[in-house]
Formats: sequence, C-alpha cells, structure tokens
Amino acid sequence: MYKIVRKKELNPTVTQMEILAPMVAHKAKPGQFIILRVNEEGERIPLTVAGTDAKEGTVKIIFQIVGGTTALLNAKQEGEYIQDFVGPLGVATHTDGIKKVCIVGGGVGCAIAMPVAQEFHRLGAEVTSIIGFRNKDLLILEDEFRACSDQLIVMTDDGSYARHGNVTVPLKEMLEAGKQFDMIITIGPLIMMKFVTLAAKPFGVPVTVSMNPIMIDGTGMCGGCRLTLIQDGKRVTKFACVDGPDFNGYEVDFDEAMSRGRMYFDFERHAYEETCNLLKGAK
Amino acid sequence: MAINPKKHEMPSQEPQVRAHNFSEVALGYTAEIAVEEAQRCLNCKNRPCVQGCPVNIAIPDFISKMKTGDFEGAYQVISQSSALPAVCGRVCPQESQCESKCTLGIKFEPVGIGRLERFAADWHNAHATEAPAKPTPNGHKVAIVGAGPSGLTCAGDLARKGYQVSIFEALHTAGGVLVYGIPEFRLPKAIVAKEVEGLKALGVDVETNVVIGKTLTIDELFEDGYEAVFVGSGAGLPNFMNIPGESYKGVYSANEFLTRSNLMKAYKDAPVTPIMKGGKVAVVGGGNVAMDAARTALRLGADHVYIVYRRSMEELPARKEEVEHAIEEGIDFRLLQNPVEVLGYNNPDDPRDPRNGFVTGLKCIKMELGEPDAKGRRRPVPIEGSEFVLDVDTVIIAIGTSPNPLIKSTTKGLEVNNHGGIIVNEAGLTSREGVYAGGDAVTGAATVISAMGAGKVAAKGIDEYLMGK
Repeated sequence: MYKIVRKKELNPTVTQMEILAPMVAHKAKPGQFIILRVNEEGERIPLTVAGTDAKEGTVKIIFQIVGGTTALLNAKQEGEYIQDFVGPLGVATHTDGIKKVCIVGGGVGCAIAMPVAQEFHRLGAEVTSIIGFRNKDLLILEDEFRACSDQLIVMTDDGSYARHGNVTVPLKEMLEAGKQFDMIITIGPLIMMKFVTLAAKPFGVPVTVSMNPIMIDGTGMCGGCRLTLIQDGKRVTKFACVDGPDFNGYEVDFDEAMSRGRMYFDFERHAYEETCNLLKGAK
Repeated sequence: MAINPKKHEMPSQEPQVRAHNFSEVALGYTAEIAVEEAQRCLNCKNRPCVQGCPVNIAIPDFISKMKTGDFEGAYQVISQSSALPAVCGRVCPQESQCESKCTLGIKFEPVGIGRLERFAADWHNAHATEAPAKPTPNGHKVAIVGAGPSGLTCAGDLARKGYQVSIFEALHTAGGVLVYGIPEFRLPKAIVAKEVEGLKALGVDVETNVVIGKTLTIDELFEDGYEAVFVGSGAGLPNFMNIPGESYKGVYSANEFLTRSNLMKAYKDAPVTPIMKGGKVAVVGGGNVAMDAARTALRLGADHVYIVYRRSMEELPARKEEVEHAIEEGIDFRLLQNPVEVLGYNNPDDPRDPRNGFVTGLKCIKMELGEPDAKGRRRPVPIEGSEFVLDVDTVIIAIGTSPNPLIKSTTKGLEVNNHGGIIVNEAGLTSREGVYAGGDAVTGAATVISAMGAGKVAAKGIDEYLMGK
C-alpha cells in the first residue's frame, strides 16, 4: 500500500498527488512513468512522473479525471492509501548535447512537460516553454514553468487568458524568425503533438514526442502499447513501455495511434459515469 | 488381479456447460478413483517415470503411499521435489514426460501420474492444518527476480535449505504466467495463491511491484547484501506476424488478451479492465497459449472461434488434451491456413465514424506441407491464388514471445543469444558471477514444468556456489 502524502486540485478536472514510494522516488527521471492500481481488483493505469522528492521518498503524479479509475483515484484523500504503485518505467528523456530546447505542452500534458523543462533548466540549457490550454479555468503550473524557463508563452484556445490560439502559432513564429533549437519536446494530446511536428518539419528541427498509449503491464510483456514508426519507408512496431514513451515525432504514425487510443472509448465513458454515480451515492 | 488397461477418466464439466463458464474444466479424482488408479502402478524397479520428470519427483514412492490411502504421505514425497504440486498436476504435459516413460504404457495406457499428483496436492491443501516446519537459517541471502514457475521453484528449494530468500515481482500479484497467462478454467488462481502462501510459510519474502532493471538493478541487489541472484523474468515482448492491418482495433497479442481476462479479471461481470467480448474471433497459432486464448474468447461470449494454424493437426504443438477439450467445446480448427492481412473498417466519407479502424476480417491463404525443415517438421508452403477471408471482429496472435529485454539492458556483462535469451551453463550460471537464470528468460516461450526444472537446477547451482565460497 502506498500513502497519499499530499493532494491538491490544480483545476476542476486535474489533480496532483504526492505518493510515498521511496524506491520509485529514488530512481525516477523526467520522462519516465509509473503504473498504479487504486484498489484490489482495480485497473492498472500508467501515469507519467511529474516530479520526485528523493529525500522525502515521494513521487508526484498529476492526472486528469477522464475515466472510472481516475475518478476513483480522485476520490481518495490525503493520508489514504492506494493499492499498487510501480516504477519507474520506460526510458528517461534524453538530455545529452541539448543546449537550446523548446518545450511544448498541452493541457494535462504540461504536468509531464514540467519536470522535463526543470531538468533542462537544471542542466543549464536555454529553455523556451509554450504551454496551451482550452481556457483560463484549465490553466495549470504557470508559475512552475515560469521559474524554469528563459521564455514562457501561455496560450488559450478561446483567448480567455494570455494569448489567443494554439501552441503551434508562437512556435511557427519563432522558427520563422530564425530562432534556433537543438530539440523540440512536445507532450500533450496526440493531435497537438502531430501538428507541432508538422510545424517544425520545414525547419528541420528534431522533435521528440511523449506517447501515452493504452497499457497494462508496462514491462514489455503484453504488447498492448504498440505503435508504428515509419523508419526509412518501413513500418516498424515499437512498444511504448520499453522503447518509449519518447519517440522521434517525424517517425510516429499519429493517425494510427489516435485510432488505437479510442478503442475502449465507449467502455471508458460508461465506466466514468458509473463511478461518478457511485461516488455521488456515497456522499 | 488383472490390471485395468485404461487409466481412470478425469471427471470433467460437460463441454456444452463449461464453454460458458470460467470454472475449472477437470474436476479431479475422488479418493476412491485415486486409490484405484494408484493400484495400476507396477512399482517397477528401474523407475523410468522419475527420469521423465523435469524435477525428478519420486513418483513410484508417492503412488505407493496413495495405494494405501496415505494421501498426506504422498504429498510429502512430492513436495520434496516440487514447489508447486497442485499446479504441475494440472498443467504439466505428462503425456510427453513421466507418463510417456511408464512401463505400464508399453502394453496399456500409462498410470495417470498427473491426475494422482493433482489429487494428492488438492487433498493436502484441503486437509493440512500444520504449518510446515521452518528450516534453520544458514545466514545466506538470495534474491529471485520474477515470481513465476522458475522463480517460485528456485525460491522453494533454497528456502528449504535455510537460505533467506526474497522474490521481486514486477506485477501486483505473484505467480507470473500462472496468474496472467493460464486461464482460471485450467488453473484456478486460488490454487496459485495457496502455493505462494506455502512458500511464504517457509519464510520466503515476496515483494510485488518491484521491476528489477528499473526499480532496482541486479548490481544494487548485490550491494544490498544478496550473495546470488536468480533471474526468472519470463516471457517478454509478444511476436507479431508483420502483416498489414495488425494495428487495427481488435487485434490482440495472446499475452494482452489473456492478461486482461486472467490477471485483470475482465471475464467477471462489470469488469474495470475492458476486453472485446462476443462476435467472431480468430486465434492465430497452434500452441497451448493459442488454445487458452481461443477457449477464453469462447467463454467471454464469442459466437464463433477459429484457430488458424499453418500446419496440420499432426504438427499442432499444443497438448493433446487441450486440443481435445477445445474441439469438444466447439472451437473451429482451420488447419493449413495462414493469415496474410488483417482487414479493417474505413469509412472514407466520415473520418469520425466510430466503426473506423476496427477489425472486419482476416485474409488467409491455404497452405500445403512441403519438404521437412531443419527440425524435421514439414515446411508449410502457400498455395498460390487460394486466398479467402474469414469474417471476424477480433484477431488474437499467439505465435510466441521474445525474452524480456529489461534486465539485459540494465545489467552489464550479462550475455544473451541472438534471440535475446540469457546464456547459461548447465548449472544455470550466466556470464555474471553469482547471477543464475532460467525459464522463458533463457529459452523463450516454453512450458511451466521446464521453467520449474530450470529453477531447480539453478537452486542447486546457487547452493553449491555459496557453500563452496
């Protein structure tokens, strides 16, 4: 059992928790993920590590309440326990040789982008961050990003806060103005990562994307998290849990990944409604 | 007294009934049948059955106890050699091991050794009240990576010798393939849990949610004071066919399909882990895993389940008993057929059509058997122009796995072969001092009992290594 040391609502649909898991806290690096189960008989879900405190032995996770399991997790309070918490899994984000980096985060993906930005800042790289949200109410982690970025641009889709538009707009402007990056790292919805990759392509800047597919064991056993890379014209199957979650954005078949991501859409929506009804009943 | 030429039949659920539930298919002998079956044993002098057993159980000795109704005594004999008797009695391919060597089998059917082993183990689990005596500690610490059949066996053997043993398991439950792979109807999970409890009672510590290679490395285990490590990390990434359409929704690896149903309990009513149920299902492959996947799909409510296998019934690698069970339950065997493409739904007029990207069929080609290959199996050759489409909603690929990559990639000096299997010598020792390995991590996908045999060999190797230090 793993204790929830702290819990904080970042916005009405996104929650941050710090979980006591010393072995994971000691090892986790930016870009890696954990798998948790809320209770016995619970589903295994992957969540990317949003930060660690090795001294205290805690791991920070930030999640959006989208399905039955995340609704159940959100119902847990500070001081309570979750059943299982395993990691760190996956390969950490590569930082070697990158002096100028652009971090592009969208929505709850900003939670995963944040420790990556912090790591580059700590390593002395020049960090430009672009973070985007649907509207002002969904904005998270602005102060944290400001603290670790040389330049921060905040975007909202509806213009209710900061600049109006999506994240590719300022990215394109910067690239067109001749701004140089060694790497663009983008984390967020698949559709956003696809368009960030397309925006960067004419300028030849390398793009790393963080994939978050359906996953069960997370250790390279089930193959549920497979995705297709197109390398030298050939379609190659990779597994996000052991080969990723970071991949070269130019190689990822985003359309296939988006389709696969919706496999259990109806099931998830139903599970979410069921859980919400149950939780309401309990209150 | 004349010897009964046939082994006593295993009481089983009727095929039409069991095809719709997840309860165990084989119900087990009664005490009367067990004694009668035991009496068929000739207790011959040269004991060939013992040589046929990968863990060398003293088979005639336990059967002699059963003849007199001393079932607990029989269990005690078995448990000296096997850490998992109730499991082996159910999933071992006895027909190609102990029973294939049985002297009685020369003229008649061999003694039902597996069925007797199962009875003794179940009898013990139902009646035993005393906790096993804890061995005297010898002061040495050994770490085991993976709580599957090889790891549990290695742990049991070492614990009985007085070692302080810790098992590190990546998943949330101990058992490995016994819990994520083999279905409930063939091996009830309560039985696996009971066997694990037995090991804990011997003093074995089981740490779940620890991924060796990630949470801790093998080098860190040595730093923590473990003097030897056994790696039984099991099967790894599933193989796919590399044909078009394998990414459509509704294509599963057998590992994923079985893990969802078994480990994550998607077979229960109102599961929290989703799985595709019903419709028409094609399982590709002819091994035990393919049989498990097909029979699981049937029990999940499929209207029709095909096994698509590129060779003929004769070459089918699954256990005969499992194939017979599958046929009785109505699984449709499509032999000498091989998939060439998975077909999916694509509505060009509406990219938001919810049916887009789901499987609609499996295009196959008919095969014929040609010349024997290096292993002596006749090579299947496609018959040109014979393509046809099986109308299915789900495709499950059960064509094997490659060893797990996590440990190899994080352990310096651990040598692996071309297939990614860890290289070991006859004592189970790897290229790293004090690091032993066995099971699927070494051989690639194989059987539970061969993994147990490897765990046993390594336990002996570790004991000799540490005692000789």
